[in-house]
Amino acid sequence: MGDNFEPNIVGFLCNWCSYAGADLAGTSRLKYPASVKTIRVMCSSRVDPVFILKALKDGADGVLIAGCHPGDCHYQNGNYKANRRVKLLKKLLDELGLEPERIRFEYISASEGKEYAELVNEFTEGIRKLGPNPLK
Amino acid sequence: MKTVLIDPITRLEGHGKISIFLDDNGNVANAYLQIPELRGFERFSQGRRAEDMPQITSRICGVCPVAHHMASAKALDDAFNVEPTSTAKKIRELMYCGYVIYDHILHFYFLGGPDFIVGPDAPPDKRNIFGVIEKAGIDIGKEVIKHRAFGQKITAIIGGKATHPVCGLPGGVSKPISKEEQKEIESMAESCVNFAKLSLKLFDDIVLSNKEYVDMILSDPYTLNTYNMGLVDENNKLNFYDGMIRVTDQKGKEFLKFDVKDYYKHIVEHVEEWSYVKFPYLKKIGWKGFKDGEDSGIYRVGPLGRLNACEGMATPLADKEYKRFYETLGGKPVNSTLSFHWARLIELLYASERALELIRDPEITSKDIRNPVGEPDEGFGVVEAARGTLIHHYKLDKNGLIEKANLIVATTNNAGAINMSIRDAAKGVIKNGKIDNGLLNKVEMAFRAYDPCFACATHTMPGGMPMEIKIYNHKGEIIETLRQG
Amino acid sequence: MAKKKKLQFALYWAASCGGCEIAVLDINEKILDVIQHADILFWPVAMDTKYSDVEAMKDESIDVCFFNGAIRNSENEYMAKLLRKKSKILIAFGSCAADGCIPGLANVSNREEAFKTIYLDNPSTDNPDRILPKTSMEVEEGELDLPEFYDTVKTLDQVVDVDYYIPGCPPPTKLISDAIDAIVEDKLPPKGSVLAPLKSVCDECPRERSEKKIKELKRVYEVDYIDPNTCLLEQGIICMGPATRGGCSAICLEANMPCTGCGGPTPNSLDQGAKMISALASVLGIENEENMSEEDIDKLIDQIKDPIGTFYKYTLPRSIINRRIMK
Ligand code: SF4
Ligand code: SF4
Ligand code: SF4
Ligand code: FES
Repeated sequence: MGDNFEPNIVGFLCNWCSYAGADLAGTSRLKYPASVKTIRVMCSSRVDPVFILKALKDGADGVLIAGCHPGDCHYQNGNYKANRRVKLLKKLLDELGLEPERIRFEYISASEGKEYAELVNEFTEGIRKLGPNPLK
Repeated sequence: MKTVLIDPITRLEGHGKISIFLDDNGNVANAYLQIPELRGFERFSQGRRAEDMPQITSRICGVCPVAHHMASAKALDDAFNVEPTSTAKKIRELMYCGYVIYDHILHFYFLGGPDFIVGPDAPPDKRNIFGVIEKAGIDIGKEVIKHRAFGQKITAIIGGKATHPVCGLPGGVSKPISKEEQKEIESMAESCVNFAKLSLKLFDDIVLSNKEYVDMILSDPYTLNTYNMGLVDENNKLNFYDGMIRVTDQKGKEFLKFDVKDYYKHIVEHVEEWSYVKFPYLKKIGWKGFKDGEDSGIYRVGPLGRLNACEGMATPLADKEYKRFYETLGGKPVNSTLSFHWARLIELLYASERALELIRDPEITSKDIRNPVGEPDEGFGVVEAARGTLIHHYKLDKNGLIEKANLIVATTNNAGAINMSIRDAAKGVIKNGKIDNGLLNKVEMAFRAYDPCFACATHTMPGGMPMEIKIYNHKGEIIETLRQG
Repeated sequence: MAKKKKLQFALYWAASCGGCEIAVLDINEKILDVIQHADILFWPVAMDTKYSDVEAMKDESIDVCFFNGAIRNSENEYMAKLLRKKSKILIAFGSCAADGCIPGLANVSNREEAFKTIYLDNPSTDNPDRILPKTSMEVEEGELDLPEFYDTVKTLDQVVDVDYYIPGCPPPTKLISDAIDAIVEDKLPPKGSVLAPLKSVCDECPRERSEKKIKELKRVYEVDYIDPNTCLLEQGIICMGPATRGGCSAICLEANMPCTGCGGPTPNSLDQGAKMISALASVLGIENEENMSEEDIDKLIDQIKDPIGTFYKYTLPRSIINRRIMK
């Protein structure tokens, strides 16, 4: 893996909270890498495991899923389900020989621009250390 | 040196291929039966949930899935330190009888038997189930189809599916037998006993009363003096489902008797680079190449191996037939490869009688079908598959996942012997460069007797077995092609 | 009466256990029906036709070819391509050909590891010279060869174009006879269809279910009494019913065992394992969920052992990430 490896991350962000949080991070001109290509979803539970596996298969180095904080999901428990899904998928990836750290689920609210920027920084750094997706 | 290549013989737990090499005088120098297929079950079983093994390993063979299912369930009993309830053992053995009934009928009537019933020199398009029906009559044909289906039905009732059943669990089975199911199975088993008797009568009339056939059975190219192996009960009677592994020598004397837990102290597998199959032999004697006799560790399993390795049958009618078998063929042991067929029918009768005994046992409908399991560790399981002794050996981790699996599959046990039988049959028919057309069938008969697998024995519906002999000169050019059919 | 021209059928097995062939025999009297409407040109298990005879056939001279078994070695691949050329309609018959099936779990490993386990590190194998089978080798009398054993098991449609699929391990009798009827009556659905109902196993399962919510997962052998009338998932036993296509009448549930997924993914689902993960995540610890800590959830998830063998028992080769990545 060369030094100039720039991670390519797909971010599925919940429309009601995390997407707004990411927006806020942008408008507040916080410094964070442009590694995450964001996709807006109506709820984190809308992220089918197929999307995540597909993203990895098609070469994404990491996949980020962010949803509303516990209790705040517009669909009651969508975020809980998303959290469980990602945990289960991590377990699967591990067995398939892909680093589970390539996928991550976090709670980000609309007001957490700073937290979002930190998350992206940290996640990107982690992926940089892992190197490119071996499926590429 | 010329090569005679028989390819494809379609399948032998996978596809198979025979190559016969001739020396400069045109006589057989050697023969190789190659198994070109490997699937790697022992490797990919690692990491799987132990309770999945009975269903995973059944996919090794869709002709004898029940054998793998049971060997696996028994290995799990042992690995989880649990003894199945008495009812569960009986249910399992009953299902096992269903499987033996189905499988032995399939082989005798559809695959190997047509050689005898229709005749070894009959045209290939007659040597199949339709030819059998023609010769034995349509009524017999109907009975054959009906009873093969009965065997499958018994497995399906108990196991959920006839091919790839699901009922085996450590400590027992998943489902009891209802009173209605009992009635249904009882009437099927009764009918199977009669059908087995009828089959033996047919064998008498068509084969044993024909001197030519008997001479052929007893002829040299079809004789191998190997050791014999099979499971026996506490009275040294043949058992399919449980017991000790007994090995007898060339004189019929007990040579070894051991628990499956000690299998690796007695059975070793040899590797050759020209086949994906391994060649087991007796450790005490050692690997001496493809040779028979008491100095070679090669042994035989399957119907003939079992009959030779035991001291009789545990049911009355089958035991009578057992005695007649040895009286007729000149005492114990019988080393003629072609008598596998007769032995198979005696076992069909035993399995049918045993099924009837079990289903009439009042305990068979009890709901006490499972015992709670203990802590997981290591386990061994053995059964007699239709084609011979089958061993599963697992090591489990503390989560009940498979750490290691080792499988010695029935046909594998016979790999060395089959290879020799083919060579000897070829020697008998290829002389001084003259290759007669009977070669194909004689070679075919030699290995079909073992019932190496449904697939391999492929002698079913219209037509014979696809075989082709290609003769090459030393430059690798084809100078002649012989075909079956 | 003008006689319709008889159809020309072929049946072939690649890396197969033979169970699919037995399933064909198990349609019993229906076989006679088949023979009335069709000639069988090629069926190695039953007939005397050589590979060379197939090679000599005109392209598309077979109307329908039922192909069972996966693609595991060079010979399987050669036959798949040959039969594709010679057949108008190619059907992936059974789980192995359609999805890769249990033998496809070999994709957690590769040839090197399999050889090592089987021929070297094996308690009953004595192999001091570390001999491994080779694709071509010299023996005393001449030369022999073996087909090449692949690292990765492939489904039929990963090597050739497939027209229809019949799922199941083995396919249920009813699906086989329905497919034969559809062929004979010329009523096949659009190309690419799976010849099975558009239902899940749950839709065919007679067990009672309420709202599925699971507090705890258990292995089958850990449950002392498996209630034969209640949904197994609700009893905490992983059952692949929600993620599996029906057509088998939920037969394993009749035997009081969970569905393990042999019918392949449900209609419109790309990946059977992903579907099951999704279904399970929606019911696992979703009661009183706001009071569960991350550790509690981790513990629950940890009760799932062997996700590949559980969720992809029959479909690893056709799944999105179709094998273990090996460095
Ligand atoms: S799908 Fe099942 S029954 Fe058919 S060949 Fe594969 S393992 Fe055997
Ligand atoms: S999950 Fe299993 S037991 Fe429950 S309804 Fe579905 S198929 Fe039946
Ligand atoms: S219940 Fe599931 S595993 Fe059993 S036959 Fe049906 S699809 Fe296959
Ligand atoms: S609405 Fe934001 S996670 Fe469900």
